[in-house]
Amino acid sequence: MSTATLEKPATADAARKPKVILCEGNEAAALGVALARPDMVAVYPITPQSSLVEHVAKLIADGRMDADIVDAEGEHSVLSVLQGGALAGARTYTATCGPGLAFMFEPYFRTTGMRLPIVMSIVTRDGITPQCVWGGHQDAMTVREVGWVQIYCESVQEVLDTTVMAFRIAEDHDVMLPVNICLDGNYLSYGTSRVELPDQADVDAFMGPKDVNWHVALDPLRPMAVDPLTGGSGGKGPSTFVRYRKSQCRGMQNALSVITKVHEEWAQRIGRSYAPLVEEYRLDDADFAIMTLGSMTGAAKDAVDEAREAGKKVGLIKIKTFSPFPIDALLQAFRKIRALGVVDRSVGFRWNCGPMYQETMGVLYRLGRQLPSMSFIGGLAGADLTIPHFHRVIEETEALLTGPMPSEPVWLNEKD
Amino acid sequence: MYEVRFHGRGGQGSVMASGILAAALVEEGKYAVSIPSFGFERRGAPVVSFLRASDREIRQLTNIYHPDCIICVDPTLTKSVDIFAGLKPGGALVQATHRSLEELALPDTVATVGLCDAVRIALDIFKRPITNTLMLGAFARTTGIVSLDALKRALEDSEFRDAGLVQNMTALERGYAETVVHQIERRAAA
Repeated sequence: MSTATLEKPATADAARKPKVILCEGNEAAALGVALARPDMVAVYPITPQSSLVEHVAKLIADGRMDADIVDAEGEHSVLSVLQGGALAGARTYTATCGPGLAFMFEPYFRTTGMRLPIVMSIVTRDGITPQCVWGGHQDAMTVREVGWVQIYCESVQEVLDTTVMAFRIAEDHDVMLPVNICLDGNYLSYGTSRVELPDQADVDAFMGPKDVNWHVALDPLRPMAVDPLTGGSGGKGPSTFVRYRKSQCRGMQNALSVITKVHEEWAQRIGRSYAPLVEEYRLDDADFAIMTLGSMTGAAKDAVDEAREAGKKVGLIKIKTFSPFPIDALLQAFRKIRALGVVDRSVGFRWNCGPMYQETMGVLYRLGRQLPSMSFIGGLAGADLTIPHFHRVIEETEALLTGPMPSEPVWLNEKD
Repeated sequence: MYEVRFHGRGGQGSVMASGILAAALVEEGKYAVSIPSFGFERRGAPVVSFLRASDREIRQLTNIYHPDCIICVDPTLTKSVDIFAGLKPGGALVQATHRSLEELALPDTVATVGLCDAVRIALDIFKRPITNTLMLGAFARTTGIVSLDALKRALEDSEFRDAGLVQNMTALERGYAETVVHQIERRAAA
């Protein structure tokens, strides 16, 4: 995709005006990475992530990004290389999806245990097989229990902004966890849209000093045992292992407030704000709500607006931060409504519903009252989720106010 | 909101044209979103690309099912694809063809037609039947949704360089100049 740059208007405050460009989501992610000034990236291309790492490689080749780039022989090596880089004090980045993420799984788990603040975009892709190369959240959902922070984006602009913020979140001393920025394959990866590019000096001030290996390092001046053998049933093994795991869980919980703080600072310095954990849209006077994740949200909001005009008292709840699961923010939203429809872009095979719905049921248990709810599954393998699909979601969720809860999920694209 | 659906064949550059048009619209201060269709793309197979333009921020990231305008960069495509599916009544067609309006079978939804003998012009300029930038000029002439100047600036900022840029600039200008626009009068339904 080509990039068009707008001439800045010749006004007195032109220097403060952001540069407006047109780019696809994958390019927006690459530009966000460049703004965050990583020292090292390692890449292996895979659809629909390929153009993201091509843009990163081009930014480096053009001298617009000062980072070492490693063309590894596969995703397992990509993440292993970055672990070495992070242990040596480098700010590190990569991107992958689907089968690449699967191939990366062993170092993917190790990254969280070593508390390495690596940032990785997942350009989400559905699971194979059946063979497909298109979008869906199945890959990111499948690894949601590995201890990475996972944040989903709604728009191309949000991809750019959140990619920068991810480095601050990961490297916060109270978090020290790797972060996945999830952008929907196809609709966000190749969706091309108007984007405002923040000023590098503003981003530099936002980022602050880099300090990524204060806790664990490959450093001759600070010799230490890195990732020693723990666990078992004797000596200090079990208690050491428990301390690691409890510390990871604490880092995840700390991430909730850090993500919020970082978003507030981004709004102050850069001038764009997003709900950091959970967005409530037209919810305050709503009787019922639909719940969304990622790029489907725009069409869902348009459908909510249309339904409101038709007199339906519907609102929308969007999750931005999926891991850690934003329990308190969701409870606050759920207290306002009497029925809930949850739309997933992936499948929870064990529960016969969407994975986000499955997680939501755990939150509903803490609500203290029965909130009728149901699961919708759509947008699998690149399928479109349109305004008419969301009108169906709204109608069937509204029916929960007076009717029974279905035990089966609704498959939105079944008859498309 | 103004919605455009591009029809072409894999390798003809309709996705790229959609991106250049989006850049031109952003140049003019509008919001624009362009999304390629996702299917079994391969060279020569029918492909689709979508473009939305608006004065306000565009939230929906979806395909387009009821376009205001159809741009068809390939003259043979109508034999294998129903390019008119879902076109809004009173809609526009920008078609690469050497045929006259009378020779085309158009549905009642089409009200404005821009015809450009784009393959002939492309063979003249590129020595190859690459019609995408030509048809952007034809779109500007037919609908007035975007100015030729904005398209030129978007082309300058695109990945075309040197001789390729000059050729495509010529294609844009000739597409604009050599498109014939027809308004079809239809009697209002009784």
